[in-house]
Amino acid sequence: MPDDSLTPSKAARLVGNTGPQPHEVIPDEQIIDDRDLSQFISDRLAGKYEVDDFGFDPELTDKVLMQALRPMYRKWFRVETSGLDNVPDVGGALVVGNHSGTIALDALMTQVALLDDHPARRHLRMLAANLVFETPFVGELARKAGHTLACQPDAERLLNSGEIVGVWPEGFKGTGKPFSERYKLQRFGRGGFVAAALRTRTPIIPTAVIGAEETYPMIGNAKGLARLLGFPYFPITPTFPWLGPLGLVPLPSKWMIHFCEPIPTDGYPENAADDPMLVFNLTDQVRETIQTTIYDLLVKRNSVFG
Amino acid sequence: MGRIVLVTGVSRYLGGKLAAHLAADPGVDRVIGVDVVAPTMTLDGVDFVRADIRSPVIAKVLGEAEVDTVVHMGVLATPRQAGGRSAMKEINVIGTMQLLAACQKTPSIESFIVKSTSSVYGCGPKDPAMFTEETEPRHTPTSGWAKDSVEVEGYVRGFSRRRPDVCVTTFRFANFIGPVVRTPMTAYYGLPVVPTVMGFDARLQFVHEDDGLESLRHAVHARKPGTFNVAGDGVITLSQSIRRMGKKQLSVPQFMFSTIGRNLSRTGVVDFSPEQIRFMTYGRVLDTSDYTATFDHRLRYSTPDAFADFAHRDESALSEVPNA
Repeated sequence: MPDDSLTPSKAARLVGNTGPQPHEVIPDEQIIDDRDLSQFISDRLAGKYEVDDFGFDPELTDKVLMQALRPMYRKWFRVETSGLDNVPDVGGALVVGNHSGTIALDALMTQVALLDDHPARRHLRMLAANLVFETPFVGELARKAGHTLACQPDAERLLNSGEIVGVWPEGFKGTGKPFSERYKLQRFGRGGFVAAALRTRTPIIPTAVIGAEETYPMIGNAKGLARLLGFPYFPITPTFPWLGPLGLVPLPSKWMIHFCEPIPTDGYPENAADDPMLVFNLTDQVRETIQTTIYDLLVKRNSVFG
Repeated sequence: MGRIVLVTGVSRYLGGKLAAHLAADPGVDRVIGVDVVAPTMTLDGVDFVRADIRSPVIAKVLGEAEVDTVVHMGVLATPRQAGGRSAMKEINVIGTMQLLAACQKTPSIESFIVKSTSSVYGCGPKDPAMFTEETEPRHTPTSGWAKDSVEVEGYVRGFSRRRPDVCVTTFRFANFIGPVVRTPMTAYYGLPVVPTVMGFDARLQFVHEDDGLESLRHAVHARKPGTFNVAGDGVITLSQSIRRMGKKQLSVPQFMFSTIGRNLSRTGVVDFSPEQIRFMTYGRVLDTSDYTATFDHRLRYSTPDAFADFAHRDESALSEVPNA
């Protein structure tokens, strides 16, 4: 959480005796002055911070990991977020989104949106594939950013403790689909996420993201190479791998995120999660809502890079 | 009338401490401590019997003293303590089988408590963030102490089927830590530079030695059957724990870590089994709500507190303390 108190240097800045003023107005929360920074670094090096049972390190996430993503959110993709009042200020909820763009940037941008733009600054706890936790560095960072393995026990544990949980039921089928199939939702797994929401009686918030499809337009898939490396797919885009590391820079598409009206799950009987018909129907309802919202957003967007 | 308790493995630190702890308990009439070697610590109030649990002598001890509670602390964690892996396996598995056979024949036995380990869950990337007692292991342990413990638990379950009148309690402990206890994990933290697996930061949990012994004492009195996870609340990551000790961390690529581990094991400084290396890669966190609810007992030390109590101890003053 940003510190709202008036630190000496902030006070000095307000009375205007700190020499030249910056030309651009930077929101207060993004300024860490030197003294805070050295304190922060020495605390980190002494291990003076807390992690939760999942390994979530809120301090590192807010001050370092999200800080690295913020310019991407604000400047590069110019993300427009709407429907944030559909996400509760307190208590658990399940955010269900569409997945695209070869790497899970859409999930990360949704996390920034809920942390920075939601009035209650909510942390999004994502459910990720086990490939993430097998991969060195990636798995470590994912745990520290608050994410965990996509499985029923973890989903229910997080929802029961009042967290916002993010799930992308299309999985690799969504991120690894060719550019020609953009904005067409893939199959939605087995509806495990609906069962988790039903069991914990937490609302489902269908969420649509547009823009991620154009970041790395996947025009080919090197399947042999993917199998060799143990990846679910190996993307070929107009810039990757042809331009080397430069090909890793995502195209600056214009993004929009909309959180739809929550679907309540507390009106069902006790064992509703064991009713496959209900689970399938709710899964379809979530999928349809996201698909329709994607089309609405696409109409609203001026152009791909607008 | 108080309890008559037999504790195995009393020549090692935790077994000995537990026996002394129980002997000081007014609710316990008599404590019999058993081990193959004489204890180096003084065990006040404990009747020490030098016996091998792998021999029929143990049945005689159980019968003559009319023991009603057995606390099995005799499962070894490292081959070095036993003088080799095969001796270790024999002590752990055959020893437990013999002890259970003796218990089955002893009518006075009412309660059997075994100190097991959370390493029976194994660990890996496909595990949920927290293990409950019902969690099915997705990465079953294949070697060492963890595998022995899986087998020990299996024989204990068999015993509880054959003697349904006996209350069988299994505690799956997180790693013991504290100001005195010496385990492979504390030896690891004692290295001048602490090696870690590059790109991974295991989530760890500890149980403070006082809390662990207190939970076993509770089990002696409460007699609640079942299997329970026991660990201090909360989590500390491996890198965080090294930082809190003020030590230097050396990140080593995964494939080199096992080589380093093997060489360190050979020097006898620390014990790095493949299971231990997996643990230091992925870590393990337990859901202990079942223990707290059943025994109505909250551990005094959280995981970070237990670690803090360990972090600044003087290793050289502890060289006489037997291993856990």
